[in-house]
Amino acid sequence: MAIIRDMIPAFELFQPTSADDAIELLVRYDGDGWVLGGGMDSFDWWKERIKRPTAVVDLVNVASLQGISVTADGVEIGAMTTLTEVATHPELVANYSVLTEAASQIATPQIRNRGTLAGNLAQDTRCWYYRGGWPCYRAGGNTCYASAPTAMNREHAILGTNRCVAVSPSDTAPALIALDAQFVIQGPSGERVVDAEDFFMGPAKDIERMTVLDSDELLTTIRIPSTWAGASFYYEKVEDRKAWDFALMTVATAARLSGGVIEDIRIAVNGAAPVPLRLEASERIVRGQAASEQTGMQAGEAAIQGAQALRHNDYKIPLMRNLVRRAIRGTEA
Amino acid sequence: MADKLVGQDIAPDDLHAKITGRAKYAEDFRADGMVFAKLLPSPMPHCRVLRIDASEALAMEGVIGILTADEVPQSEVGEQCLTNHPHYEGEAVLAIAAVSETIAADAIEKVRVDFEPLPFVLNPLDSLRPNGPNGRLEGNVRVGRDFATIKWTDEDFASAPEGSMPMPDNVLDADGEIVVRKNDTEWMVGDVEAGFAEADLILDETIVHQSVTHHPMEPRSTMAYWQNGRLFMHTSTQSLVRTRQAVAGQLGLDMEDVVMIGEYCGGGFGSKITGSTIQLVPALFARKINRPVMLRITRAEETYLGRARPGMQARVRIGYRANGRITAIDLYALGDGGPFAGGDQGSSASTASLTYTPLNMRFRGVGIRTNTPPKAAQRGPGGAQIIGMLEPLMDKAARELGVDRLALRRLNAPTADVRFGPRGGSLTSVFVREAIDQGRELFNWEERISRSGQLNGTKRTGVGVGVSPYTAGSRGFDGLLVIQPDGKVRIHQGLGNLGTNSIFDTARAAADVLGVEWSDVEVVWGDTSRNLPWSAVQAGSQSTHAHTRANHAAGLQAKEKLQSIAAMDLGGNPGDYDTADGRVFQRSNPSRGMTLGQAATRAIALGGRYSGEELDDDLNAMTEASASAMAGEGLLAAARDNFGGQGGLQSWVVGFAEVELDVETGKVDVVHFTAVTDCGTVVHPRGLGGQVYGGSFQGMGMAMSQKWVFDPVWGVSFAKRLYTARPPGILDVPLDVQWAAVELPDPQTPVGAKGIGEPCVGAGSAALTSAIADAMEGTCLCRTPLTPDVLLAEIEGRAPAYGPLDLHV
Repeated sequence: MAIIRDMIPAFELFQPTSADDAIELLVRYDGDGWVLGGGMDSFDWWKERIKRPTAVVDLVNVASLQGISVTADGVEIGAMTTLTEVATHPELVANYSVLTEAASQIATPQIRNRGTLAGNLAQDTRCWYYRGGWPCYRAGGNTCYASAPTAMNREHAILGTNRCVAVSPSDTAPALIALDAQFVIQGPSGERVVDAEDFFMGPAKDIERMTVLDSDELLTTIRIPSTWAGASFYYEKVEDRKAWDFALMTVATAARLSGGVIEDIRIAVNGAAPVPLRLEASERIVRGQAASEQTGMQAGEAAIQGAQALRHNDYKIPLMRNLVRRAIRGTEA
Repeated sequence: MADKLVGQDIAPDDLHAKITGRAKYAEDFRADGMVFAKLLPSPMPHCRVLRIDASEALAMEGVIGILTADEVPQSEVGEQCLTNHPHYEGEAVLAIAAVSETIAADAIEKVRVDFEPLPFVLNPLDSLRPNGPNGRLEGNVRVGRDFATIKWTDEDFASAPEGSMPMPDNVLDADGEIVVRKNDTEWMVGDVEAGFAEADLILDETIVHQSVTHHPMEPRSTMAYWQNGRLFMHTSTQSLVRTRQAVAGQLGLDMEDVVMIGEYCGGGFGSKITGSTIQLVPALFARKINRPVMLRITRAEETYLGRARPGMQARVRIGYRANGRITAIDLYALGDGGPFAGGDQGSSASTASLTYTPLNMRFRGVGIRTNTPPKAAQRGPGGAQIIGMLEPLMDKAARELGVDRLALRRLNAPTADVRFGPRGGSLTSVFVREAIDQGRELFNWEERISRSGQLNGTKRTGVGVGVSPYTAGSRGFDGLLVIQPDGKVRIHQGLGNLGTNSIFDTARAAADVLGVEWSDVEVVWGDTSRNLPWSAVQAGSQSTHAHTRANHAAGLQAKEKLQSIAAMDLGGNPGDYDTADGRVFQRSNPSRGMTLGQAATRAIALGGRYSGEELDDDLNAMTEASASAMAGEGLLAAARDNFGGQGGLQSWVVGFAEVELDVETGKVDVVHFTAVTDCGTVVHPRGLGGQVYGGSFQGMGMAMSQKWVFDPVWGVSFAKRLYTARPPGILDVPLDVQWAAVELPDPQTPVGAKGIGEPCVGAGSAALTSAIADAMEGTCLCRTPLTPDVLLAEIEGRAPAYGPLDLHV
């Protein structure tokens, strides 16, 4: 069959008004349904004619998935809240700026106006072999093209690979891991709650998916506890251009300091591994230490333990070390 | 008397249509019974079609027909609009038309094609290796009119130091005839080895410039239909009447049988000079199925079928005297020509020759056919690549010699008596030293250079400069205008409208001769059925020069006719009369005169040469036909640019940049940019600023982020979306920018204006490659793009991100 791109094939479109109805549709289509948020990931797949859902369940009319509310012990963000809303919400800007900084640097204003927080978290990897329709492990095949000795893999992983070397492209994920957020998932049999870092699934567990979401489940709410409200935050995204680019790497930290000493900290990095990484070894090194260049360097060195470069991504090893180092230094402020 | 229009900021007449969305581009048109076509692209970089089975597709409801490669103009060696022998991934094999675009796309998927894979090559150097693959079955180079195969030997490769490009010589026999060819072009001016012998410093560097797609915002879409044997085509093209000529030629039609409509073009950058090859598909398809056919090109298709700037791998040796004067340049360059062209290296060589006026120069080059998307001129072709690559080397020499970097450039910069390139070309004017001097002040060179290399936190400051020339004019085209009985002046333009404002701005030259206000001028353009004159291709930055001249000529002729009519009716000699403010009047008694409208009415009554019944016999044929069709509508002037001139035209942009390099991430921020241009008289300041900034930013993207990425084993492209190809965005360029012009008129052209579109790209690119090398404490990586991974690997002393001669990474 000839290959053609850039033309979305027809599908059945549903626009339910409740999460229950949406889940019922996903159950009915049993794996052939596709959850549509802002469409920023979906449209690319469909235009490429590589993923071809029978039915699309568009969540645009599900009111319960919209909006940000301040609760007694933190903030709850509906899955369909746009990245622009996240980036500009006064409570988030005031007390959880690591998230608003991350959200405000995603892609472009247009994409942030359309793209949703849940979509940013649950989006598929941007490995161009996989996105190009190559029959790799992740696509159900039996090889990884991106890890071949000659492959173009500047954007790929240096840690945590397992047959697949693609990375998670989410910029909000490390910020939410740093904030110790919890993700509420609704399915046919009710609700479950997972920690941010447990939401993402690496290839060792299931190489064909990026998250723990089953095909009939929705990510409905992101809960940010007040634990880290007003903490010392650091966020940085390294990309080739200043807009409309997926990160080469991101780092996010939330820290509590007292007298220049880091009492507690959470550090997360994305772009290094198939899933966003929480750097617990680096956290342990840093706790109780001064927020200094020396502490930063030790944490950075710990972060890259075991890192292995592919043909073109060796730079990610010093980059990851330096970003962790900067984040620790940056908590001085 | 009205102020001259030349030199003023006047909003172009099409501005409202563009910003309100009323402007209709090719894909906005519809015609009764119109169907949509979709293309079947080649899935591999080089292959042959063995068998096509479209039966299932053609049986689908809504499918109207198929157009195959057997039904299009055939070319043994050139590019066909559809082919059974694709030479690159994405080349169009066939097209299917259907009542909707979705059905056409679905039908393409139902077509079964058997492809036979053929050997392919992406990197020119791979093709030169012993037993390396050729991009074409006929060979890997074109020497003269013939294909040939050039291979370098293992000894040739071993002769170059590790990481350097070999520079093998052709093997000659006793009579000096070439026995074994190692390159396809070779020239020398002076004696390059003698030049090196007197040098105090010799640099020897290997440089790699990536190929980059043009990426105009509007893809090359076309809608076409036929009526009574005439082809009507709405297409995205840089030039209008010359696209009509090209399409007529390709389809074997008389030019009168092609009506070309292209009022707006969303950019071309050289990729749509006379439209594009693929525009023939809807024309041929419409004739076959007798229905209007729309072919909308998508962004991914644009990456394949649109054109690209040829990448270049080169080795250059440059000799300097202690004072910085260049005694010799020895350039050996490989061009990635794609399947159908030979690369830009020849233009690179002559640009280097002009910019640095080396006392001796040798150029050797090979344009290798590869299986990458087709190459074409891209804004400053050859010039932008070589200037971006050589300017940091000028800095390296200046540092080693202990001379000021700007002074070194000024010392080597040409003056008006320059002779450059293999044939010793001359120019009409050169004011690059004036631009350098003005830039030194404006940019505050001394103060900024004092910050060079300073580390502030993790950010190191770099200061860079790029001196960039490019072609800027041509001669011999026609101006055509009608002064109507209502007093309005209708100026007809055969150029295209690709966003440079030249259809409006060059018309000012005619209006200024007559002394009319812009509000009394109507510009007619964009549709060849509206009687347009023969014009330059809107390329090579010719338009400003060529068409201020042509319109000046038409203005002078109109004025002469006005003076004659006035003398005839009001007495005295024609020379007693002048024109201004919508009147022709006696100089000694300005109240004695008539309005232009009255004169136009008299011209109609007089007929003959006044109303266009009789025309000059040196007009180009299309102008003659257009003028004849309008004879009797008013006072008609149709005149050829016979102003003449000696030498070629080049304009200059000198770009200055200050950057901050984060030494922990490899990220570069451009904090300031200054550009000073020598483009003669400034016609439209705001339009000029737009060109200077736009072109410079395009060059900055080339230096910092824009790229191609191919898998070298499978030969297919990954950077086929804007977000993966990474042309620069508005946030990537500095807020703090300024431009200026030396404003010295070209002495050989009546209005004094030269073109400006192209030299900006090299200036923007080189200002950054130079500034980044400065921020890297003088280390020149000598490749593009300088992305964070490339810089960080160097800063951290790790293995380089890419092999020294790797391309498409």
